[in-house]
This record gives sequence, structure tokens and C-alpha cells, in this order.
Amino acid sequence: MQYFVQQLINGLTLGSIYGLIAIGYTMVYGIIGMINFAHGDIFMIGAFTALIVFLILGALFYSVPVVIALLVMMIVAMLLTSLYNWTIEKVAYRPLRGSFRLAPLITAIGMSIALSNFVQVTQGPRNKPIPPMVSKVYNIEGISVSLKQIIIVVVTALLLALFWYLVNRTSLGRAQRACEQDRKMAALLGIDVDRTISITFVMGAALAAVAGTLFLMYYGVIAFSDGFTPGVKAFTAAVLGGIGSLPGAVLGGLMIGFIESMWSAYFSIDYKDVAAFSILAIVLIFLPSGILGRPEVEKV
Amino acid sequence: MAVTASPERDIVATPVQRATREALYAGAIVLGLFVLFIGLKTDQNISNELILVQRWWLLFAVVVLTMVGRFVYIAHGQPFLAKQKIADIATGLLPDTVATRFFRLPYFIAAIAIVAVLALLAGSLDALLGPGLAGYARFARALAIIYALASVLFYFRSFIHAHFSALGIAALATYPVIVVLVLALYSGSMAGGFQGSLKWIDNFGIQILIYVMLAWGLNIVVGLAGLLDLGYVAFYAVGAYAYALLGTQYGLSFWILLPAAGAMAAFWGVMLGFPVLRLRGDYLAIVTLAFGEIIRLVIINWREVTNGSAGISGIPKVSFFGLMSFNVSDPNYIAKVLDIAQSGAYYKIFLYYLILGLCLLTAFVTIRLRRMPVGRAWEALREDEIACRSLGINTTTTKLTAFATGAMFGGFAGSFFAARQGFVSPESFIFLESAIILAIVVLGGMGSLVGIAVAAMVMIGGTEALRELDFLKQVFGPDFTPELYRMLLFGMAMVIVMVWKPRGFVGSREPTAFLKERRAVSGSFTKEGHG
Repeated sequence: MQYFVQQLINGLTLGSIYGLIAIGYTMVYGIIGMINFAHGDIFMIGAFTALIVFLILGALFYSVPVVIALLVMMIVAMLLTSLYNWTIEKVAYRPLRGSFRLAPLITAIGMSIALSNFVQVTQGPRNKPIPPMVSKVYNIEGISVSLKQIIIVVVTALLLALFWYLVNRTSLGRAQRACEQDRKMAALLGIDVDRTISITFVMGAALAAVAGTLFLMYYGVIAFSDGFTPGVKAFTAAVLGGIGSLPGAVLGGLMIGFIESMWSAYFSIDYKDVAAFSILAIVLIFLPSGILGRPEVEKV
Repeated sequence: MAVTASPERDIVATPVQRATREALYAGAIVLGLFVLFIGLKTDQNISNELILVQRWWLLFAVVVLTMVGRFVYIAHGQPFLAKQKIADIATGLLPDTVATRFFRLPYFIAAIAIVAVLALLAGSLDALLGPGLAGYARFARALAIIYALASVLFYFRSFIHAHFSALGIAALATYPVIVVLVLALYSGSMAGGFQGSLKWIDNFGIQILIYVMLAWGLNIVVGLAGLLDLGYVAFYAVGAYAYALLGTQYGLSFWILLPAAGAMAAFWGVMLGFPVLRLRGDYLAIVTLAFGEIIRLVIINWREVTNGSAGISGIPKVSFFGLMSFNVSDPNYIAKVLDIAQSGAYYKIFLYYLILGLCLLTAFVTIRLRRMPVGRAWEALREDEIACRSLGINTTTTKLTAFATGAMFGGFAGSFFAARQGFVSPESFIFLESAIILAIVVLGGMGSLVGIAVAAMVMIGGTEALRELDFLKQVFGPDFTPELYRMLLFGMAMVIVMVWKPRGFVGSREPTAFLKERRAVSGSFTKEGHG
């Protein structure tokens, strides 16, 4: 039982990170119907920015409180990563809006290749380890919960609450939902569609940057190629939850996290990704549009 | 009016004012993007801790270059292009006027002269100019040769356009012969010709043709049936491992295993097809991607059979239909049988013709299938699935045959790849390969065989050519490795080509079925399917 609860906590931590990245996929998909393949690399850019900020803080000050360091890392990462996603949307996706469906997918894949290789060229191909930032571990009745895990879950919960408020209670969120339903009608009603789409990309990137910072804090290492696997897992999570649905993305993220930690605990760690992907395929056989997704009705 | 950052103010601004503003915007954005990534570099010191190396001059240079580029483009480039467009419309010239300005007789003569002079001096270039400048001179010579060839092609463009397929096949069939003869003339002996041809036939010929074959195979699934497949490399892997395992364990010949590998890949295509029959669009995309990853992860982890990440080596070579072998130690080694000098190039030339044959087989089957009921059902499925069902087409078998046929060609290409490398490992079957193949299909203009072949030549040949830029080391110092920039440029080229030509290189289609006469239709009238 203790072992099970322990795995549950590990899965929750992992799932939070996947959920944060998955929201970026699902929001972009909802609003312009494209798979933003570069999102995993945006997450990696976020983690790398946090790493560089961490090193700058270490070089400039003798010692910085961990809370402040994490906050500064997170904020700078959010700003710069948003700038990346904003630029990419403008350069690579906007000219192809209204073109056929596969065109932006190909530019997204191209951007993904370009981003990871850009970081490889400018920062070098090696793994970048940092000294552990937070190492406190609490023991509650035989279950060890590290402070890192608490930070990840709390930050994710706070951000999701803020994000939920933005989408459901503000005029910006209303504009986003309107664009999602009918872009042309939204434009006729005076919504700046281009700006709304840009903001969607910025929001997705900001959440991915937080996920990147938390990833760096949790694992303590990042490399240029680390965007792909979490990116694909998060995309899997978004599809599993029903792509286009925000609660679905979080739910899918948590599910993938649980599947992974449970499989590596009870079966074999080598096949944890195989398990996650197989469960995706099995779920989609029975629910072809994901768990919370609305089935697409095609009118003739 | 040009698209700029603030269109509402463009009306009052002069081009120079606008360009200055745009250059400042661009500079600010580039500064923001690159300040941490180019301005600073993370590096390990002796005690393995991360430290920061400062590179502010590089950052400054990048920002200034971007600003200058943006300024020149807005102030001069855009007005020039706009004027050109108006002039072309006014004079009623065809849109290819830019090309006629670029390819002119004096330029052509100058290019030939440069090539001739540099070729005469070839031996003494290093002595005359020093190693640094000699590298540039060789690069200039390569550019001049490419320009001269392009102008010849341009001059005969209408003839080439009329007989494109026949000329293309003839050029491909004679390519190794021409390479060997040119290099033999250059080095003065036949042996030198064979030796030097290795790189050209292997890196450029075989490498490109493998991708052509893979892209033609994927084209059946994506271009004809409209099913988005992001895990095509899985079938390539199945074919490669089928030949590698059966060839090394049981010593079976390539000619037996080639159909076997194709059948096995087709079987896995059906295995993938069944669960995804009900899925559409992006759900289909992610499941195929997951399938590709599952195959790769199983290959990595099933160490008892596949030897894990270490891969399988010592895969037997292909024999010349069992008559002659390409192993030096065998009694029927080709050089002994034909009584000629030993060379590794024979095997490469043989492999070149083998993959060329496989490619032509793929093209032939695709063209014939398009005229058969199953091929028409694929295209109907791409255009409208519901209409297909209403007309009584069995969508289940239609989708499964598309997956199986595409996978079979992937399997053929895979077993060829294993035979050519002599070594397979999971490293060769990562998602990036699937992405590259899909990019070639889309860039070529989905469904067009010629366009796909051109796209493969440009993208794969281009990245292979980047390996040849070693002379840049003399400019940027010996630490500079052009190799590293290969994939960066490849990714950027994908974006640029797609934005420039969203419908691919060949934007028109030959209709499969027609009423009275066959007319090419614009690519924008064909749908890409919803999976």
C-alpha cells in the first residue's frame, strides 16, 4: 500500500509536468486546428533558459534564496520562451493559415528540427547538469515526499487555477473560445483574430516554460534533445484526453504520468513508454476522440 | 502594401522610415531571442561544473546583420519586387523572366571560362593562392559548374519538360557510368575513376534513391489514400531487421529475404491498420507516431534478439543473383570472375542499380495501381470518406490495402538499407526519419511522383552537399564544424520551402479518371483527406 501511494505521488509529479505541456498542444489545436510539433522544443528552450538564468544568478550573487531563484528562473523563462513561440507563429505558421492542413505541420516539424539543432550548435551537445536546488525530503508514515514534488504539484495547481480563470472569466478567454468555434464570425464581431491566436501561442509557451523550469529543478539536467520525448508524451496526453479540451489535457497528462510510474514500479522500466503508447492506442479504439473530446460530426 | 509589424502606420511613412522602424523591431526581437543562447555559452570546466562563457561580440554581429538585412529588404527588396511584378504584367512577359535574366549567354561563357582556367590550374592552386584561397577557388569552381549545367538545362527547358520522365530515367541509369568516366579522365586512370566514384555514387546516388523510394512508398498512404502516417519509419525498421536477423542467423540470401521482408512489413502495416480504422486526422497521426516509437523501443529493449542499441553487424552482402559475389575472399569474387582489378566501387555501382530498380518498381506499381479499382478507391477515400461509403466502397479493405502496400515498399527499402550498410541499429529509425520522409512527400506536392523525386534530390542532396564545405574551416578556424549546421539548415529549409511553395514543387495533378481529354488540374483542387 505504501509502495502504491509512493508511486501515486511520483505519477502525480510527472503527470503535472506533462499536463502543463499538453495544454499548449491542446490550446493551439483548438484554435487553429494544427499540431504544433515544435512545442516539445519550446519546452526544451524554456528549460535551457532557466538553466542559463540559474548560472547567471550563481555567477552574480554569492547566494540567492531558493524561492527567489526559482521565481526569477521561471519568469525569465516564461518571457523568453513566449517570445520564441510568438516569433515562430509569425514566421512559420501565419503565412500558411488557410493553406492545406499538412503545410503548417511540416513547418512545425522543420521548426522543431531547427530549434533543437540551434541549441546544439550554440550551447553544445553535452548534458548540462546543475547542482540540486532543493533536496529536502519529508517522511510521512514510510512514504517519502520530496519538497521538489510538492513544489511541482503546487505550482501546477496554482497555474491551472489562474489559467482556468483566464479562459473562463476574462474577455481574452471569451475571444479565444469564440475564435475556436468560428474564426470568421469572431472577426466579424470585432475580435482581433490574429492577436488572439498570438496570445494563445504565448500562453502555451509560458506554461511550457514553467514545465521546463520544474523539469530542470526535478531532474537537475537538460540537453538539447530533451524536448522530443516529453513533447511526444504531452501530445499523447492531449490526444488521450481529447484534443481541444483543456480539462482533457490535464487529465491525459496525469493518466500518462500514472501509467508510466505504475508500469515502471510493477512491471519493467524499459517498457514504460511502450505501455503508455499502447494504452493510448487501446483507449482510442474504444473512444476514437479521446476521453473528454467531442466527436467530430461531419455534415454532408 | 507589404506586410509589416504595424500596417496602419505604413500609409504615411516613406520606405526608408518604414525600413528603419522594421529594422529596429527585428533587431529587438533577435536580441531578445538570442541574448542568452548566443551571448552566453554553457561549458563544463575542469572540475565538471557548468560555467558561462561570454560571447557578446557574436551576439552583436548577429543582431546588426539581421537589422541590416531587414532594412535592405524593406527599403529596397520589397519595392524592387513590387516594381518587377508591375513591369512583368505591363509587358505581358511570362513569369519566368527572372530566370531569363539570370541565365544569359555572357554569364554562361564567363562560367565556362572560370571552370576552364581553374581546371587548368588545378594542380598548382595550393602553391599559387595558398591553402585558404584555394579552398574558395574550388568552391567557386563548383558553383560555376553548377551554373553552367543549370543554364544548359534552362536552354533546353521546353524539350526537357516534354520528355521529363524518359530523360530523368536515362540520366539516372547513366549516372554511375558518367561519374566513373569523368573521374577517370580527371585522374588519368580507370582505377582512379572507380576509387573516386565511391563518394558520388554512395553518398549522393544511393542515399537519395533510398529516400526517393521511401517517399514514393509513403506517398501511397499519405498522397493517394490521404491517411496521415507519422510512423512510416517503423516499416523501414521491420524490413531492415528482417533481413539483418534472418541473413545473419540463417544465412539466407538477399533475393529470398527481399520479398520476405516486404511481406513482413506489409503484415505489420495491416497490424497497425486494424486499430486505427475508426480514427481520423490527428488521432490517426499520433497513433501512427506511437506505433513507430513502440517498434523502436521494442528493438532497443528486446536485447536477446535484436542486440539492443548495439545493433547487428556483419550483415551479408548482396550477391550478383548468386552468380558472382562481392566478398574479396570468395572464389567467385566479381574481379576474379571477370578478370579485372579489385575495387570496392563495383559493389556500390551494383547497389546503385539495385535501388534504382526498386525505385522504378515502386513507381511502376503506383502508376498501375492508380488505374485499378483499388487505386481509385484510395483517391476517392482521400476526397470524401462518407461519399465513398455511400457508393459501396469497403473503406476497411481500402485503408488496409493502402497501409499494407505502403509498408511493403518501406520493408523493401529497409532490407536494401541493411544490405548496403552491413550494420543496423535503432539509431537509424528515429522519428526524425519519418518526419524527413513525410516532408519530402509534402514538399514534392503530395501525389506527384516527379515532384517527390525532385524534393528528395533537393533536400537530401542539399544536406549531403553541406558535408563538402570543409573549406569553411579555414575561415572560421579549425574548431568550426560545418557538419553541425547540417540539420539546423535542413530544418530551416523545410520551413522556407513550405512557406514559399505551400503546394509543393509540382503543384498540378494528372487526373486519374477523365471524361474526354486529360488536363492537368491545380493541386489546390485535390484534398489531403482527413485520415
